[in-house]
Amino acid sequence: MEGRAAASHVPPAIAVRDLTMAYGDFELQRELSFDIGTGEIFVIMGGSGCGKSTLLRHLVGLNEPARGEVFYGAESFTRADPARRRQLIRRIGVLFQSGALWSSMTLAENVSLPLQEFTELKPAEVREVAELKLALVGLGGFEDYYPSDISGGMQKRAGLARAIALDPDILFFDEPSAGLDPLSARLLDDLILELRESLGATIVVVTHELASIFAIGTDSVFLDAETRTMIARGRPSELRDHADHERVRQFLRRGEE
Amino acid sequence: MSVPSPSTGRVTLRRSEEGTLVVRLAGPWRLEEGLPSVEPVQREVAAGSTRRIAFDTKDLDAWDSGLLAFVSSVSRLGRDRAVEVDRSGLPGGLQRLLSLAEAVPVKEDAAARQRTSQLVELLGEKALETHSLFVDDLRFLGELTVALGRALRGRARFRATDLALLVQQNGLEALPIVTLVTFLLGLILAFVGAVQLQTFGAAIYVADLVGVAMVRDMGALITGIIMAGRSGAAFAAQIGSMKVTQETDALTTMAISPVEFLAAPRVVALCLMMPLLTLYGDAMGILGGAFVGLTMLGISPLEYYDQTVTAISLGDLVGGVFKGSVYGVLVAIAGCLRGMQAGKSSSAVGDAATSAVVTGVVLIIVACGVFAYVFYALGL
Repeated sequence: MEGRAAASHVPPAIAVRDLTMAYGDFELQRELSFDIGTGEIFVIMGGSGCGKSTLLRHLVGLNEPARGEVFYGAESFTRADPARRRQLIRRIGVLFQSGALWSSMTLAENVSLPLQEFTELKPAEVREVAELKLALVGLGGFEDYYPSDISGGMQKRAGLARAIALDPDILFFDEPSAGLDPLSARLLDDLILELRESLGATIVVVTHELASIFAIGTDSVFLDAETRTMIARGRPSELRDHADHERVRQFLRRGEE
Repeated sequence: MSVPSPSTGRVTLRRSEEGTLVVRLAGPWRLEEGLPSVEPVQREVAAGSTRRIAFDTKDLDAWDSGLLAFVSSVSRLGRDRAVEVDRSGLPGGLQRLLSLAEAVPVKEDAAARQRTSQLVELLGEKALETHSLFVDDLRFLGELTVALGRALRGRARFRATDLALLVQQNGLEALPIVTLVTFLLGLILAFVGAVQLQTFGAAIYVADLVGVAMVRDMGALITGIIMAGRSGAAFAAQIGSMKVTQETDALTTMAISPVEFLAAPRVVALCLMMPLLTLYGDAMGILGGAFVGLTMLGISPLEYYDQTVTAISLGDLVGGVFKGSVYGVLVAIAGCLRGMQAGKSSSAVGDAATSAVVTGVVLIIVACGVFAYVFYALGL
């Protein structure tokens, strides 16, 4: 059950130890422990409402664990002080479910903001980098549009452009293909693969889209809503045939045998 | 034992072989026409000696979810009483719907989360909630203070264009409403004063009354309340909906504090604009008073002007403007705080806007009372 990365000697990008997530007294998931190897495309999967997105929120520090810890490399993210946390978090990029673009800013301004805050670039250079990032996700020419002027799929891609603005080491995707037509979803998957190749980033994806899971996932964890913990680890295509739990096999085959 | 009405469904109970109760369903079973009660079946089963319930639907005309609800209550009754319920007599579609409804077991602890609590428990929960909200408030204020400190040193992490836009929205664009309300307020004050003062033949003192009241307190107070309704609600709604769309989360994951990026420029904008709006409101109020004085009390413009200028001192003016600035900060803080505390639904954003206005107005009134006492104690 230990991750493949643990076998090789590259340290994991993220390590989760005995993580319990809770809303008040209600424990959503208990005792999660897994490593996310550097360079993997790690899929967090499971049925609706099992806590996939909440797990992602814990990994990026938007929610605090009830128990347990999240490590970035060898360093505890959970126990880091706020200043150190801000430093650690600068290495990551997050694409939220609906894009979460800042609606009062144009696409170029959205992508520019992290560049303005965390680099020494001059305004003209910032603009140039922002245009480049938007072009990377296929939105060249849309720099001065507002998020409300473009479609949901385009908003997602713009959100991705913003997430990769600072060339992060780790990219998080919350349900990237939700609400997209099959073709756009496929294009987004290709984009994710391309980004891993070119940026060398570790990628964490929360999804329940089987097509995406098999197309891009190199490692995964399966969260179960009933037992409230992880019941499978490993490459999705292997889990489909060899998972110990029947629920995992059924999930990965859409219930078909 | 039947419900004889031609337009609704009918239930007839019949005993067949040993221990079997046959429920005969006839007529149209539709939700809109109302449904027969399960009670007869309950009574019959409660009487004992029933081991099996079967259905007979030969005379059933049409059915919808109404019948489904009826059969499902009978099934539940059967489960509770350990009586076997034989569904084979039911229409095929209905059987499939029933098994669909029962496919996913009722989540026990999902329902348990809404259990009713004891009084003491409720009190305790309320206390804990109040405590955590208070800690939230303090954390927000702390973060805001740090952010404003950075802004003062010119190292603010918000965009100058945002601040400029906020200044425009909460300064310039508030002028029409401030004009209208403060002018009318000056008018009303003049009328109230005139009625009393005319009886002494001292109508000229209407200018003193309006001038002093507007400049010392009313100008700042009314402008503050207008801004609580206008800007406070807007801030809460803007920030609240940014929480719904995860825009604040996006800021956080970029190591940008939402308090610094969203709340600080709003507080700065109102702190800058409120003194100007207060001054403007003072002037409009005095104009309103003058309108009454000139047109109805027969005071000449020069007289009214002289009387006003001698009545108000620079200290009054500065004090009023200072109060206005404080009210502005309070309104902005109330709006941003409620926005940040908003839940993640559209109704929660509405609640946040309401709460921002209420909090803003209460804070202004309390501050006004405190100022009144302090200014009095200091002899200002």
